[in-house]
Amino acid sequence: MASSLMRRPDPDELLRKVQAQEERERRGKLKVFLGYASGVGKSIRMLDEGRRRRERGEDVVVGATQLEATPEVKARLEKLEVISLRLVDGSPVMDVEAILERHPQVCLVDGLAHDNPAGSLNPHRWQDVEQLLEAGISVITTVNLQYIEEERERVAQIRGREVKESVPRAFLTRAEEIEVVDASPEACLDSEEEGGAAESDRQRRQQQLSQLRELALLLAADVVDRQLERYLQEHGIAQVWSAQERFLVWVTGESDAALMLASGRRNSLRFHGELIVVYIDRPDRSPVERDALQRNLDLARSAGATLEGLDGEDAVATVLAFARRRGVTQIFVAHGSHSDWWDRIFGGRVDRLIRDANGMDVRVFPH
Amino acid sequence: MAETVPRGRLKILLGYAAGVGKTYRMLEEAHALKRQGVDVVVGYFEPHGRKDTIARLEGLEVITRRQVEYRGVRFEEMDTDAVLRRHPQCCAVDEFAHTNVPGSERAKRWEDVHVILDAGIDVITTLNVQHLESLNDQVWQFTGVRVRETIPDWVVQQADEVVVVDLPPDALLNRLRRGAVYSPEKARVAAENFFRESTLATLRELALRQTALEVDSRFTAQEAQAPPEVSAGSAAAAETQDKILIAVSADPASAALIRRGKRVADYLKAECFAAFVHSGADLADLAPEERQAVDKHLNFARNLHIESRVLRATDIAQGLVDFARLNRITQIFVARPRKQPRLGRLRPSVVQEVVRLARDMQVTIVAERRRPDEARAQG
Repeated sequence: MASSLMRRPDPDELLRKVQAQEERERRGKLKVFLGYASGVGKSIRMLDEGRRRRERGEDVVVGATQLEATPEVKARLEKLEVISLRLVDGSPVMDVEAILERHPQVCLVDGLAHDNPAGSLNPHRWQDVEQLLEAGISVITTVNLQYIEEERERVAQIRGREVKESVPRAFLTRAEEIEVVDASPEACLDSEEEGGAAESDRQRRQQQLSQLRELALLLAADVVDRQLERYLQEHGIAQVWSAQERFLVWVTGESDAALMLASGRRNSLRFHGELIVVYIDRPDRSPVERDALQRNLDLARSAGATLEGLDGEDAVATVLAFARRRGVTQIFVAHGSHSDWWDRIFGGRVDRLIRDANGMDVRVFPH
Repeated sequence: MAETVPRGRLKILLGYAAGVGKTYRMLEEAHALKRQGVDVVVGYFEPHGRKDTIARLEGLEVITRRQVEYRGVRFEEMDTDAVLRRHPQCCAVDEFAHTNVPGSERAKRWEDVHVILDAGIDVITTLNVQHLESLNDQVWQFTGVRVRETIPDWVVQQADEVVVVDLPPDALLNRLRRGAVYSPEKARVAAENFFRESTLATLRELALRQTALEVDSRFTAQEAQAPPEVSAGSAAAAETQDKILIAVSADPASAALIRRGKRVADYLKAECFAAFVHSGADLADLAPEERQAVDKHLNFARNLHIESRVLRATDIAQGLVDFARLNRITQIFVARPRKQPRLGRLRPSVVQEVVRLARDMQVTIVAERRRPDEARAQG
């Protein structure tokens, strides 16, 4: 690839790659349709994909559907083979055994976050799906953002109520494919209610939906980023660009880092980017500087930042090499305590950083 | 005086590559509107020879395109006047970023769309993320393609809705191989540029993040208008207000600097200014090519809706920093000089001077983005 740097993989890496490849070929493939609310059209998209695959000659069955199907869903189900849900204590459960026995190439599973009643094969439907994948059956499924374990709390804050069921985010990250089913909040609202709702309710609901939508898009972007990383690793490609902003804050003992850390945090929040705080970990500094550095590091820690201690004779070169390796897009640094004439004669830390930071922005903060 | 009509609503279907299904989705939405009884027409539609998409056109009214001749070749463009005469409630317009053939009334399709919106007609349109002006350098960096048909970000920000049309790269590559996107020859060429799996994944991530940003800014705008009890509190917005100043010069790096500064300003919801500091008495003192370059950069900034000025000062860095202090700028953006002054050289560069003088604010030195192969070649 012209746009990436190739490097020679070491034998261990090669072995891992081969094993990963074999594992992937054996297992079924997982595809997830992710939506931010009900009514965005996840089920329809899943069923349409099932129909298309069937037309292309794949052996497709429907393993689980929503209990109350809309006419649009019903019409699509009629054209597909459906393995009925079993009722356990009046609750619908996907019939994993029947599906395993039928052993199709592809199984469609609506509502990934569904919980099974006590006495079922697995407590959660996503575990049922895992079992199908293990057996070499590919699964196409749907999930609503509010059921992602790690997002539940934030969603609850927005919606004011919490859901019981959940799917771990790692399960999604492992999916071969994730596809966002996006629609404007207005469209969801229209399907949610048949008019009637007060205008203020509608407005509040619309804002909630916008927030949920943003979360879903960012979650999908993160999953795509993770997949991309995996792909590059497996193909031995070191990619030097990224769609994600990464902020590196270089903390020293020469100046107070409070402003820089606050700004780094705010920027990483706004850009939904990564924030990395680095410092040069060397014994040869004065006690005063040592204390100052320690204070700054405590500050960074309490702000919840990831700290990386770097070691190198040449501080500027060390920080830059690290930044390059991690795909950093912006470096935050503060003015040093030296006077102007010192910097002019010896070339200050900041000057050198600016000069050598190829391809990365440098933001210089007040002393 | 003409009667003022409420402006039409603009909806953008945002994708990350040709073939993800934007046009198809646009036609689906047109059909759905028609079923609801909305008077909808197709103002412009780019078939790309895709069978599925062409089939979706059935049952929709299409406005005949305008024939334009340019240098002996016939081109077809959207007939904006015909759309206005027909005056539907909603008009579907493919390829928002398209550049019209020279000699057309308006240079860009998005300008045609604005005329249609001004007439009170709703518009649904399609756009790929790489056409956004602020992403131009990034996209070039990882695709090697300099996208020429760009669209200023504010045009997209003004849309009432931005919806992402998503498709995993695997599925898109399958479509490409089946010949559902391009003819075989074109598909091979495409596969070498935009259609590498890693490139597609990066573009896709950009599209998802961009849509999240669009959702967020609309949400925050709504929140600002809404009464306080409705406000659910998007934490970051309430904090410190940034104000950004971009230092423009004749250096060609100014264009990338402006894009970068504006993008950061958009993310931080900051006000954004651009300034060129001139040390002579009059702009006319500049060498013609230098003056042309400065004008070009200032116009570019204005097109991106950045307030731009020419300042006069004997010392460029001092003039810039004085202006920044006077206007309570929190962050100055400067371009990293191409030729770096030697260590300890007595006369420091403008960048060094700005960094030294503006010790009370943040100074961001924007590095030129280079392609990895280029960076390697140059060490």
